[in-house]
Amino acid sequence: MAEAFHEEEVLGKAYDSRLMRRLLTYLRPYWRVVVLALIAIFFYGLLQAVPPYLMKVEVDRYLDPTHHAQIPKFLAGFLSPNPMVGIMQIALALFLPSAVLTFLLEFGQDFAMQFVGQKVMYDLRKQIFGHLQRLELSFYDRNPVGRLVTRVTTDVDVMNDLFASGVVAIFGDIFTLLSIVAIMLKVNWALALLTFSVLPVIVLVTMWFRKAVRESYRRIRVAIARINAYLQEHLSGVAVLQLFNHEDRSYREFEAINRVHMEAYKDSILAYGLFFPAVEFLGVAAVAIILYYGGLRSLGGAVTVGTAIAFIQYSQRFFRPIQDLSDKYNILQAAMASAERIFKLLDAPVTIADPEKPQTLPRYEAPALATAAAGVASDDGRLAGDGHAAGNGHAQGHGDGVLTGARIEFRQVGFAYDGVHRVVEDVNFTIEPGETVAVVGHTGAGKTTLTSLLLRYYEVQQGAILLDGIDIRQLRLADLRRNFGLVLQDSFLFSGTIASNVRLGLTPGMKPISDDEVREAARQVNALPFIENLPAAFDEPVKERGVTLSVGQKQLLCFARALAYHPRVLILDEATSSIDPQTEYLIREALRRMLENRTALVIAHRLSTIQNASKIVVMHKGRVREIGTHQELLDRRGLYFKLYQLQYKDQEIKTGSRE
Amino acid sequence: MAGFLTLAISQLVGVIVPLIIKAGIDGLSRSAPVRTLLFYAGLMLGVALVKAVFQFWMRWILIGISRDIEYDLRNDLFAHLEKLSQRYYNETRTGDLMSKLTNDLSAVRNLVGPGIMYSASTIVVGVATIALMVHLDWQLTLLALIPLPVVSVLVKIFGQKIHDRFERIQALYSELTERVRENLSGVRVVRAFCQEEPEMALFDGMNCEMVRRNKGLIWISSFLWPVLALMFSIAFMLILVFGGRHVLAGRITVGTLAAFNVYLMYLIWPMIALGWVTNLVQRGLASLGRLWQIFAAQPDIDDRAAAPDVITSIRGEIEFRNLTFAYNGRPVLKNISLHIPAGRTVAIVGETGAGKSTLVGLIPRLWDAPEGSLLIDGVPVRRIPLAQLRHSIGFVPQETFLFSESILENVKFGAPEATLSEAERATAIANILPEILSFPKGFETMVGERGLTLSGGQKQRTAIARALIRDPRILILDDALSSVDTGTEEKILQELSGVAAGRTTLLISHRVSTVQNADEIVVLRDGEIVERGTHGELLANEGYYAELYRRQLIEEELEMEA
Repeated sequence: MAEAFHEEEVLGKAYDSRLMRRLLTYLRPYWRVVVLALIAIFFYGLLQAVPPYLMKVEVDRYLDPTHHAQIPKFLAGFLSPNPMVGIMQIALALFLPSAVLTFLLEFGQDFAMQFVGQKVMYDLRKQIFGHLQRLELSFYDRNPVGRLVTRVTTDVDVMNDLFASGVVAIFGDIFTLLSIVAIMLKVNWALALLTFSVLPVIVLVTMWFRKAVRESYRRIRVAIARINAYLQEHLSGVAVLQLFNHEDRSYREFEAINRVHMEAYKDSILAYGLFFPAVEFLGVAAVAIILYYGGLRSLGGAVTVGTAIAFIQYSQRFFRPIQDLSDKYNILQAAMASAERIFKLLDAPVTIADPEKPQTLPRYEAPALATAAAGVASDDGRLAGDGHAAGNGHAQGHGDGVLTGARIEFRQVGFAYDGVHRVVEDVNFTIEPGETVAVVGHTGAGKTTLTSLLLRYYEVQQGAILLDGIDIRQLRLADLRRNFGLVLQDSFLFSGTIASNVRLGLTPGMKPISDDEVREAARQVNALPFIENLPAAFDEPVKERGVTLSVGQKQLLCFARALAYHPRVLILDEATSSIDPQTEYLIREALRRMLENRTALVIAHRLSTIQNASKIVVMHKGRVREIGTHQELLDRRGLYFKLYQLQYKDQEIKTGSRE
Repeated sequence: MAGFLTLAISQLVGVIVPLIIKAGIDGLSRSAPVRTLLFYAGLMLGVALVKAVFQFWMRWILIGISRDIEYDLRNDLFAHLEKLSQRYYNETRTGDLMSKLTNDLSAVRNLVGPGIMYSASTIVVGVATIALMVHLDWQLTLLALIPLPVVSVLVKIFGQKIHDRFERIQALYSELTERVRENLSGVRVVRAFCQEEPEMALFDGMNCEMVRRNKGLIWISSFLWPVLALMFSIAFMLILVFGGRHVLAGRITVGTLAAFNVYLMYLIWPMIALGWVTNLVQRGLASLGRLWQIFAAQPDIDDRAAAPDVITSIRGEIEFRNLTFAYNGRPVLKNISLHIPAGRTVAIVGETGAGKSTLVGLIPRLWDAPEGSLLIDGVPVRRIPLAQLRHSIGFVPQETFLFSESILENVKFGAPEATLSEAERATAIANILPEILSFPKGFETMVGERGLTLSGGQKQRTAIARALIRDPRILILDDALSSVDTGTEEKILQELSGVAAGRTTLLISHRVSTVQNADEIVVLRDGEIVERGTHGELLANEGYYAELYRRQLIEEELEMEA
């Protein structure tokens, strides 16, 4: 079997100074907290050496004073000669404060760094998500959504490990080790050095253990990934498996990878099983050394009982920092891999952006939508200024609810998604204000590409598209897109409510859409009856992209959404999916009303839409083949005639029988 | 049992060590001869070694068992899932199953492994340690133990809190993930409606909430460990004070004091584990319940009504006898009567949702037809053993499903004993052999995510080869040529009729070209047969089929258009 590594599983080196430097810049806004945490952890490390030392002082000064060990002067002066009082002094004046301080420092430091970690994650997520909002569609074509989601989620989480428990904690472990080592050397350097003799062994054992565990964990990860992939695949394909009598063989296959997983785990048990006892044994060995050497040297009085007791405790405190430090390797390694992927995304250039010196369209203001009180269904689509205004599309008399259309010109437009194979070539046609242009053609004719180019999802590679005489590349993206109301083939709903799906979020520079306007838009597209039948009407929650709604209902909602914005131009990609006759009737009616006198570009699949269009553009294999009205084109008996026979003719029969 | 024995030995031996330390320190204090101390040191190492060996053994047995149980449980779950019918899978989301098979399984494993080991060792160590401490100085023991129950309680409560808050964060996290996915999938709508900034604001809201909830978690999680450390410090301080006084009073020696210190360290982990393990057990039991749900689902298609020798070998005669089939109370097929003599080719056409796939799915019993309404070779289908029935059928489903294995493995999926030359033969008929051979690795080429991405047509033809290699008596092609171009389709159909002598063939298609040569063509609409006959007869009928034919002609013309 081939090794199943996804991009996500590749781990590189644990430290990359270039990446690290860039990562640390994310700490900059919080540098004060980080510095405080560092200071806290420094003192925390120092305090780790205190309790055993106090034990030593108590024993040597009061409990076993026969050997008269030297106690530092400041302590000797402070402590009462009365043992009962002295012991209380040690406990309450020295031990307790240091314990409480340790508690405060550790808690404060950990909380602060975890918090900084959260802040950094917040910043990273915001930055990545923001960048994704600006990257062009072709980037999305190259990168599957699932992978991009991982960048915002999983990869950022890995960063948290680095900031919350990595960077600062490393210093904590180092400070702790250093202060213990220092104080042991200070108390009795010879005994200290002897005790340290177990250190290299501990380090070696720990390193061996880390390596063994890392290796078996890697195998476990691979095995679990394979188990999950196998399950996912074979549960999805369980019908095929049953049809082909494959149950027993699949079971054996599954058993085999399950066994690999179990064995890898048993190896890790082996590693743990050897490691923990080994560490404990080394701890005891250190104690044995201390005792034996203490016995030798105490004859001369150099090792006091207090020292021996303190050293026994110190020797038990080596282990945690050493084990912690070796953990950090994995954290670093994973963080570097994720950082690399995140930065790669952040470095992806935004090529479709606002021009440096954008041109402005003549100011256009949305008219107040006719309210229900006005009582006229189709009065929102009156057109102003066809002929003379065609060139510049001036809005005339915004105040009185008159909607101005726009003029759109495709001028020798050519485009290839891969830069080589042209999907659209030499496309020329114009949509005059108020005109509904229907684009028809067989699958793969390049119809949808035209709308994608108009919205600047992709950049035209040849020729130009002009809006009111201005090349759309000269406009700010928002200024351009604000002109259009879009209905896609797949009705896309956001999670939220019915109302929020019509209204959407507040676009900067545009007036908020009122409840009445939402209602009016829904009414115009025949969506009101079904919405009002929902338990919570407009406040009905939309979950999982509208699973609870029918295909037709979703379409109607998308219509309403497109209208609520009072777009100058409607861009409509009609859905092909079949819909129950009743909803189909509602949709057709809605379409008729929406398109009446409105500037629109429609990729049409409905005969009724085509028949009502001002003109029809027939595309075939990326080129415009015929332009004309329905009747003109039918009379021509060309490509359109055939398409008509294929796609639209039977609608005539059906619709005829229904109406 | 051996596990618990090793556990008991290792822990009981372990608690001796501090006693030796006590003797050693006292020896030091008395200025005992070096020999004595050397003896203590050696003894200590010996005891530690014994402990280490048993400790290893214990972990190996006890944690190993939990892994064995996990392994068995996972195998059993898979074997059970293999037997469940389509009905179960239509009602159960794969994602839910996956989460049970991963999360719940590991929770159960933690219950039987660490859960049991740590509770047992906690009890043994706790009892033994405390007994020895009491033996040394019961007053001091009582004092030193005051803060310890607090530790267990803290771990229990905080552990649960941490778990709850963590779950709440996870819930938000999946919401946030879903939100990002939604935004990215709807990129066209987002851009067209200039929703970038509102979307960012929305995301920011969740992002802030994420930080807020995490703050709630890190507050306790940062607090827990330091506060535990503080509790132990207080216990040490009590030993320092009262142990010191007892030494001064001559009740205990300095060595006892040192031993107390070490015992206290021994108690740290069991006290923490006590709180931790109770949570582990609770979660494990809940997960165990969810796993039982899977086992509780009974396979509804099996050999219950089968008679082993009802047919020696299937010829391939199929009869639907006034069949009506409903799914979840919704009628899908109505009054279907269709007799297909062995060796004949019957085609089924009709609109999406007419019930075509359901009809052919009844034959291999993906769903069960009502008693007596489906007969194979004159025998009710449920009387034929399932394995025998399916062995004689070559099924090419509508949605081509290939596994992430090599092409050869995929082709041989239903015929493990087939030779390479048989695979070549099958793929040749399916018209995919030349393409397979043109791949760098030929038949060994991997399919799917980890290997070559096959085109829709290539996948379909591979699936056809997979069905053909079994040399089935009944061949069912459920719209299996839809992604294959008409020229290739024609070749495949020709090859099929060449080798298909005596084979019963069912064809579902939207294309006239696929079905026109069938012995009989059946048109389904809303679950009923509305037209039937040969190509010629149906053309004359001027119904659905004739319209289909006309459209195809125009389509061909359009294709020709430059």
